[in-house]
Amino acid sequence: MLPHMRYSVFKVLRDGLTSNRHLQPAWRDAVPKPHYDIVIVGGGGHGMATAYYLAKVHGLTNIAVVEKGWIGGGNAGRNTTIIRSNYLLAANEPFYEWSMKLWEGLEQELNYNVMVSQSGIINLIHSDAQRDAYVRRGNAMILNGAGAKLLSREDVREHLPFLDFDNGRFPIKGGLQQPRAGTARHDAVVWGYARAASALGVDIIQNCEVVDFLFQDGRIAGVKTTRGDIKADKTALAVAGNTSRLTSKLGFRLPIESYVLQAFISEGLKPFIHGAFTFGAGHFYCSQSDKGELVFGGDIDGYNSYAQRGNLPVVEDVFEGGAALIPFLPRLRYLRQWAGICDMSMDGSPIMCVGPVPGLYLNAAWNYGGFKATPASGWCFAHTIARDEAHPLNKNFRIDRFRTGHLIDEKGVGAQPNLH
Amino acid sequence: MLIDCPYCGARDSHEFTYRGDATGTRPDPAAENAGEAFHDYVYLRDNPAGDHLGWWYHGAGCRQWLKVSRNTLTHAINAVRLARDEVKS
Amino acid sequence: MSRLAHGGLIDRSRPLAFKFAGKSYAGYAGDTLASALIANDVKIVGRSFKYHRPRGIMTAGSEEPNALVALRSGARHEPNTRATMVELFDGLEAFGQNAFPSLGFDAMAVNQLLSRFIGAGFYYKTFMWPKAFWELLYEPVVRNSAGIGIAGAEPDPDHYEKVTAYCDVLVIGAGAAGLTAALTAARAGARVIIADEDHLPGGRLNSENVVIGGHDGAQYAKAAIAELSSLPKVRVLTRTTVFGIYDDTYAAVERVGDHLAVPEAFKPRQKLWRIIPKRTILAAGAISQPIVFPGNDRPGVMLAQGLQTYINRYAVTPGQHVAFFASNDAAWTVAFEAAKAGIDVAAIIDPRPEIRADLAAEAKVRGLRTLLGAVVEQAHGSTLKAISVRGSQGTERIAVDALAVSGGHSPNIQLACHHRGRPDWNEVKGALLVSEPPPGMAIAGAAAGHFAISACVASGVETGTKAAVDCGYSVAKAPVLACSGHSADGSAFFHVKTQKGFAFVDLQTDVTVKDINIAVREGFRSVEHLKRYTALGMGADQGKLSNLNGLAILAEKTGRTIQDTGTTIYRPPYTSVSFGALVGHHRGKDFRPTRLTPTHFWAKKLGAKFTETGAWLRAQYFPKPGEIDWLQTVQREVKAVRSSAGMIDVSTFGKIDLQGPDVGQFLDRVYVNTFSTLPVGKARYGVMLREDGMVMDDGTTARLSDAQWVMTTTTVNAVKVFSHLEYCLQVLWPDLDVRMASISEQWAQIALAGPNARKILQKIADEPGRVENAALPVMGATQTSVMGGIKARIFRLSFSGELGYEVAVPARYGEKLAEALVAAGEQFGITPYGTEALAMMRIEKGHVSGPELNGQTTVTDIGLGKMASKKKDYIGRTLAERPGLVDENRLGFVGIMPVNKKNVVRAGIHLLPLGAPATVENDLGYISSATQSATLGHAVGVGFLKGGPKRIGERLRAFDPLRGGDFEVEICSPHFYDPQGDRVRV
Repeated sequence: MLPHMRYSVFKVLRDGLTSNRHLQPAWRDAVPKPHYDIVIVGGGGHGMATAYYLAKVHGLTNIAVVEKGWIGGGNAGRNTTIIRSNYLLAANEPFYEWSMKLWEGLEQELNYNVMVSQSGIINLIHSDAQRDAYVRRGNAMILNGAGAKLLSREDVREHLPFLDFDNGRFPIKGGLQQPRAGTARHDAVVWGYARAASALGVDIIQNCEVVDFLFQDGRIAGVKTTRGDIKADKTALAVAGNTSRLTSKLGFRLPIESYVLQAFISEGLKPFIHGAFTFGAGHFYCSQSDKGELVFGGDIDGYNSYAQRGNLPVVEDVFEGGAALIPFLPRLRYLRQWAGICDMSMDGSPIMCVGPVPGLYLNAAWNYGGFKATPASGWCFAHTIARDEAHPLNKNFRIDRFRTGHLIDEKGVGAQPNLH
Repeated sequence: MLIDCPYCGARDSHEFTYRGDATGTRPDPAAENAGEAFHDYVYLRDNPAGDHLGWWYHGAGCRQWLKVSRNTLTHAINAVRLARDEVKS
Repeated sequence: MSRLAHGGLIDRSRPLAFKFAGKSYAGYAGDTLASALIANDVKIVGRSFKYHRPRGIMTAGSEEPNALVALRSGARHEPNTRATMVELFDGLEAFGQNAFPSLGFDAMAVNQLLSRFIGAGFYYKTFMWPKAFWELLYEPVVRNSAGIGIAGAEPDPDHYEKVTAYCDVLVIGAGAAGLTAALTAARAGARVIIADEDHLPGGRLNSENVVIGGHDGAQYAKAAIAELSSLPKVRVLTRTTVFGIYDDTYAAVERVGDHLAVPEAFKPRQKLWRIIPKRTILAAGAISQPIVFPGNDRPGVMLAQGLQTYINRYAVTPGQHVAFFASNDAAWTVAFEAAKAGIDVAAIIDPRPEIRADLAAEAKVRGLRTLLGAVVEQAHGSTLKAISVRGSQGTERIAVDALAVSGGHSPNIQLACHHRGRPDWNEVKGALLVSEPPPGMAIAGAAAGHFAISACVASGVETGTKAAVDCGYSVAKAPVLACSGHSADGSAFFHVKTQKGFAFVDLQTDVTVKDINIAVREGFRSVEHLKRYTALGMGADQGKLSNLNGLAILAEKTGRTIQDTGTTIYRPPYTSVSFGALVGHHRGKDFRPTRLTPTHFWAKKLGAKFTETGAWLRAQYFPKPGEIDWLQTVQREVKAVRSSAGMIDVSTFGKIDLQGPDVGQFLDRVYVNTFSTLPVGKARYGVMLREDGMVMDDGTTARLSDAQWVMTTTTVNAVKVFSHLEYCLQVLWPDLDVRMASISEQWAQIALAGPNARKILQKIADEPGRVENAALPVMGATQTSVMGGIKARIFRLSFSGELGYEVAVPARYGEKLAEALVAAGEQFGITPYGTEALAMMRIEKGHVSGPELNGQTTVTDIGLGKMASKKKDYIGRTLAERPGLVDENRLGFVGIMPVNKKNVVRAGIHLLPLGAPATVENDLGYISSATQSATLGHAVGVGFLKGGPKRIGERLRAFDPLRGGDFEVEICSPHFYDPQGDRVRV
């Protein structure tokens, strides 16, 4: 990055004093070249992070990221911004913990304030059986260096004094907290990676939809796009809920179904919630944004959908969960909702691997949890593409695990994606 | 979203639970390639963006399993049939 | 006072007292809080989000971006409430927001001085050094300046309801188009619901001087509503906003009690309507578009449509000297109405170089000054004092205290786009219009771009006719209503180009033209990037007044057309909606249903403590006076069972009645073990898998007769197993002749256990011989009667490890059975026990339960691999043979005992090799269930360990950092108590 492009307080002051005449685009809006070493399909967080780490860590810069719309327009732009590494299984937790570590240094790494705020997450406990299960997970988190705390009911009250401790249908008995978890400004993550990748020479090509693949000698040799053919030695997919739509052109099916996940925000309020929390007896999780809005999520709409819009039963279910915990919530108002397409997998865990077709690299099945994975996903996918083998952190995210039975099923609900 | 149950009439989707894809048939467990066939049956999906066949259970109604043809882009429902009729025919 | 001497739809005979920001004022019935504030010359009602600029009242509708107040106090406190939508009631109390120390002087207004540095995106470029300071210092500052209103702290005392309604035609909006559409369909006999957000239906008819069919607009609306209300198949919903269009379902909120200080007794505050119409007519009208120019946010600047409403409907004026800045004829009409009402109209400024002759003539007659081809270059004063007007003659300053603006009309098309349709820019109308609304919807009136009254009425009749015909009604041709009103001509005008001052595009989020410039220069040129980078359109008004201007300015700066620039996505809700309306009664204890066992009240009488098991409340333990804690109680209960007798309600288990000649075959296919060979009068324990090879559930199934079987499932899986079996029968094997029904609710079931169980049972059995050891051996099942003729099913089953029976009677006799058992067992000291003792005894026995059947375990993992038949197919068999599921390094089921018996093993502990560092690589397994065994005198656990039973005898490290535990344990068989099972056979 050229020195005059670095962001700093001094640059902001200088730009302000010169009426912002010297502002530069944060990233170059590139025109596709006929050939790249690597083309990454999907200009979301994962695609951008992959491009950045390919350039930064592996020194590969002849790379294009092609995006059918505007960058960050998929799930990166429509999530609830929570970052955490509070997983149970050894096949998952080290990956998410590495992601957490990358989040912790991301602002300095990218020279972009993505507003990582480590205000913690609390999973509320409502029964003894739930406490046992959470303790198992909390101990696993500690074994992985992620950190965890078991909170008593009184501890929870100290963190979240506004919850209903007295009249709840499912009384709050405690909580499992990951103090290092928190939130990040979702759009800024994409912009920050894009800016840094672009500065290293990566071409970011927007409004460029992949319509098919190019083949040569039994290998995938690039993509056909609405802006012409783009040849590439390696073609990497990071298109979340749309993965099946692209792989269907290659004639193979995936252990993935696409579902809608809705999210909601309230009108802006002065801050009273610090950190995120989840309801253990309903479908509800919540944090408060730096703009003051309460940010809610809940269960996915329970059927396959690409519609990017949800239905009323889930809206009611989520708000009922919210009111069960926050007794004054009924008097506040909900302002906006949105919906993303989640690539739900058959065991609820991601797929990141070489292949399954020569020349292709697959990064998919992030379920409803792809945002927090962004940095590690980029890191590991870059490694997988550059070295033609999985990084130790994503070695379990193989696509053939369904065939071999090495499943990574955190919730234990089996091959029914809408239950994960 | 209303599902026109052949037994109960049009009812809101919240009366139903969705199980998943209804295009596959349970493979023959005695066949030589049963392992591979069950893998495909249990795990692999077309996951189409468009018309899609799914199993829905009218748990808060007649308890019938229904085969529903629904468009995943528009949520328009094209056809609803009783599983028993569908499987037998 | 700014109340006009005459006119308005207010009731001057009913004065109302109210308070704003601590000061007392008076208004009239029929006022909104906004009109009453205007009447009292209150200019500043709020402070803006970022720069804390003083803000006044901008509109008279739900699109209001500025006048957000905190309404009411205490538990009914309601932040961010639009003053324009609050009907005045006596004693109303409201407060300004986002201002410290007061609305008049706000210290944070200093942000304006920093504005050149804190434009769009500044925070992405700063606050990064030093690293630790974001959370410590910067973020708290950013957060404390966030938000506008303050959330309450007390539980909401009001109630909410949800209603589902079906109709032929739903009409959204009761203005000229909506009313004529509804009348047309209703007169044809259609079932019609018409909803309007106002308490007074009529829309703009109540604010404008129009004539429909010889009636003044407001009179027409009144008569139309009277006719509609008189029709039996019509429902008129006022104070009702349709806020979201989902698949087949329209969501609306009715504000039943918001216009009152406190909702009426036995009435909700708000109601959610889920409306399922066959056809819908969107007649939501159009709103004035603001114009972007420096100072366009000054209190006193108001949209022309709003001013018209305040003058005509509320008889108030926001100023004594009013100028108009507009690019359409409708605003000229407002100017004439203002003049007629006695208000000084200082000037009409219109950027159009020419104007219709009749308007020019009327202005002349009224002596109004007009400036054509001119624009307002700046508005001055912290509340409006003057405007600078740039015209062909140069720039001049005109003293005014109010300015009405209108850059055109924006149709309210949001609802028509809730299925992700996008509007198109119509250059002729100067508006975004929708050509492909959701299925079944037609758009009428101003929402469809028909801005003249006659066109509104015509489109109402047309859409109403079509909707009724589509629903199978025939519509008689009605005479055309003669209409007259203002001219609808005009052109869209967005933005005055100038370098001066703050020109606001979004008054809610304080986005200025300068911010759009920054975004464009930095590459945020997609309309979605612009929104996200600047927060344009993300405020409480949903961008109703800002999106189009932002879009037009972006188009201009990037050299594209408005059509090519495109819009962001429109999503529910149309206006913000109380969470309460969507929550309804599902709050507090009523969040979800509570299921009570048949013996619940009996247990309650005995002083039982209850616990949640899914939706069930089950007796957890039965404390006795003098017992110091639950553990002492539970240990007493267990000792009683093991030494004599105890009883527990197990009715919560799922119970399924299966009948038909093929049940045996069916069970063979769903259980891993064989059932078809089970003789009548016997029960068998079975394990069923999912098709992926993992354990789904376990339980016993008994054969009551040749063709009748009864299955039990675990409590938590009752529903899942039932629907799974239905799936198997209907989808997989419809050829099997099996019928099934859930009988979970129909039968009460009590487990009776302990060495004296039989003696007690025989005392209540009508035929004691039927439960003799020989007549009813272990795993026997019999149908008999108890307590003198009450039919009963008795199963010889034991979960506790003692001689045990489960006695089932029709649910209504559950309590009677419990009482009879207590009476019969009194001499043996029969002890009711709860789920804690149940769990303690099953862990002592090494039986698996919920924590072991966690969906991640195979039948081999839980130590029951030998049960699985090799001779038949069953659900899950094929995939259970995958390498990953038969790997000998999988976690297998074992028992765990502390080496030092004082240590307490607990569920959730992880197991590591002795002396090994605590890393994930050394993680060997975990304890799934544990108990402080009364029988053994120390804690024991069961769990899963890499290598499983092969490790029996090994010592490992029990690692529990979360609770501070770290000690040595020994791996053993999970069957701690009576491993041979002799005690159940006695």
